[in-house]
Amino acid sequence: MNSGKIEPEARKDDYVIQMQQIYTRFGEKIVHDGVDLQVRRGDIFAIVGGSGSGKSTFLREMILLHKPDSGSVKILGMDLDDMSERMTKDLRQRCGVLFQKGGLFGTLTVSENIGLPLREHTDLDDVLIDQVALWKLVQTGLQSESASLYPAELSGGMLKRAAMARALALDPELLFLDEPTAGLDPTSADGIDTLILQLHAVYRPTIVMITHDLDLLWQVTHQVAVLGEGKVLAVGSMMELSQLENPEIRACFAGARGRAAQEQASNLAANHTINVNDKKVPAWKPK
Amino acid sequence: MLETLGKDCITFCANNFSLLSFIGETTLSLLAVLLQPNRARVRSVLHNVQISGVNALPIVGVTSFLLGIVIAYQGADQLRHYGANIFVVELVGYAMLREFAPLITAIIVAGCSGSAYAAQIGTMLVTEEVDALKTIGITPINLLVLPKLIALMVALPLLTLFADVLGVLGGMRMANNKLQVAPHEFLARFGTEIPIKTLFIGLGKSLVFAIVIVLISCYQGFRTKSNADSVGQQTTRSVVQSIFIVIVLDAGFSIVFNLLDL
Repeated sequence: MNSGKIEPEARKDDYVIQMQQIYTRFGEKIVHDGVDLQVRRGDIFAIVGGSGSGKSTFLREMILLHKPDSGSVKILGMDLDDMSERMTKDLRQRCGVLFQKGGLFGTLTVSENIGLPLREHTDLDDVLIDQVALWKLVQTGLQSESASLYPAELSGGMLKRAAMARALALDPELLFLDEPTAGLDPTSADGIDTLILQLHAVYRPTIVMITHDLDLLWQVTHQVAVLGEGKVLAVGSMMELSQLENPEIRACFAGARGRAAQEQASNLAANHTINVNDKKVPAWKPK
Repeated sequence: MLETLGKDCITFCANNFSLLSFIGETTLSLLAVLLQPNRARVRSVLHNVQISGVNALPIVGVTSFLLGIVIAYQGADQLRHYGANIFVVELVGYAMLREFAPLITAIIVAGCSGSAYAAQIGTMLVTEEVDALKTIGITPINLLVLPKLIALMVALPLLTLFADVLGVLGGMRMANNKLQVAPHEFLARFGTEIPIKTLFIGLGKSLVFAIVIVLISCYQGFRTKSNADSVGQQTTRSVVQSIFIVIVLDAGFSIVFNLLDL
């Protein structure tokens, strides 16, 4: 996952997320002490860090759920400090979010959940919305029968997929994933890894995720940022990060689990294809 | 000691401030919906009318019927001493219509529906559904508070009217048994002696109670921290606070109406 870092010149400065000098504190506790971070368009970007390193808060600041105490956040070219209500609404339609616990509405069926953003923001008629919802559902690897189930009737893995389908409802340019594989068994987690790669191959969104999952980090991400001590400790590909000596960064990736994940990733990279709707497409090329 | 006092003071002020800002936000959203009625979530409002209104009918009915009986029963002895049996009509009529029907209905609804509101919103916070709403671009207040507010502003006065009717029926039953006031006499006197104003004062109070119950319960719901324990705490708090404030307000109303000679 480390070879050939050839970037098209035009994309080099095409940042969809620019966060500068972010300071956040909760009471006495300083969570972010001047964090800078930039995410390029089309990347799969992961944020890692120990618990309490403020990565969840960081994500919440990107999706307008929390306001940093100071610093500037620019998402898709819009400055979050200076947003009218209309702009906020517009931005929210261009972003999809997968919450750690799914965040599906318990009183709505899976299909109604997926259709909700469409019902809210478009004038499509109900039949069409149901069709789109079903299409998104199948695309995330769920059976079409699960459309009429309620979230409480789904297993953990299915829940994440259904939530992913809802996040994709409006074909977002930016997809945020909060711990997409947390709480899943290894098989389901592998399924999510593949799903993310497939979705990225089809829609080419920019994906920003928070994860601890080393398999996911090795197999899926282009860039990884390590948060710690209220700052960004390092940004780079997994291969670059795994060679750094900083003990706090090593703590995130080293150890037996880290090596196993790395090996598996290099095996996978050798294949270079993944299945998208039963067609083989070239896997994401390491940059 | 001083430090604790100061900290408590600041927390108290901050809490009040956040309650006020919640009320303000809700008012603004309500105005926005009133200006664009096509954006109102009619289905959700009707659903809430059913949950908080229709489903509360049996318990409100039974309670106020019993309350009517109790008032007449307690009054019976005193009235009989003076041979003023027929005044049981005024006793039951004023007591039920002005005070007890609005109060008992509000207390029951605060217990059943208010707790449900707080628990629903609290649970949705824990399961990240409220965050999901925001990211989808739906203001949580619009979806979770306004339909409840509008629904209860309709349902609580109607429930109070129902409680009025059953309370008076209960009183009438007791008047017949203990004071030999026949139902037709009771009703005839009720029609001439109890002014319609009495009914409207009671219904007006219940409208205010409805607003208080929804605002307090939803506010407490939104203050839930992200763990399951907190849902229970906030639910309890919402019921205790809304019942407390309903009773305080009722006392306040009594004083104000007295001053205004209503």
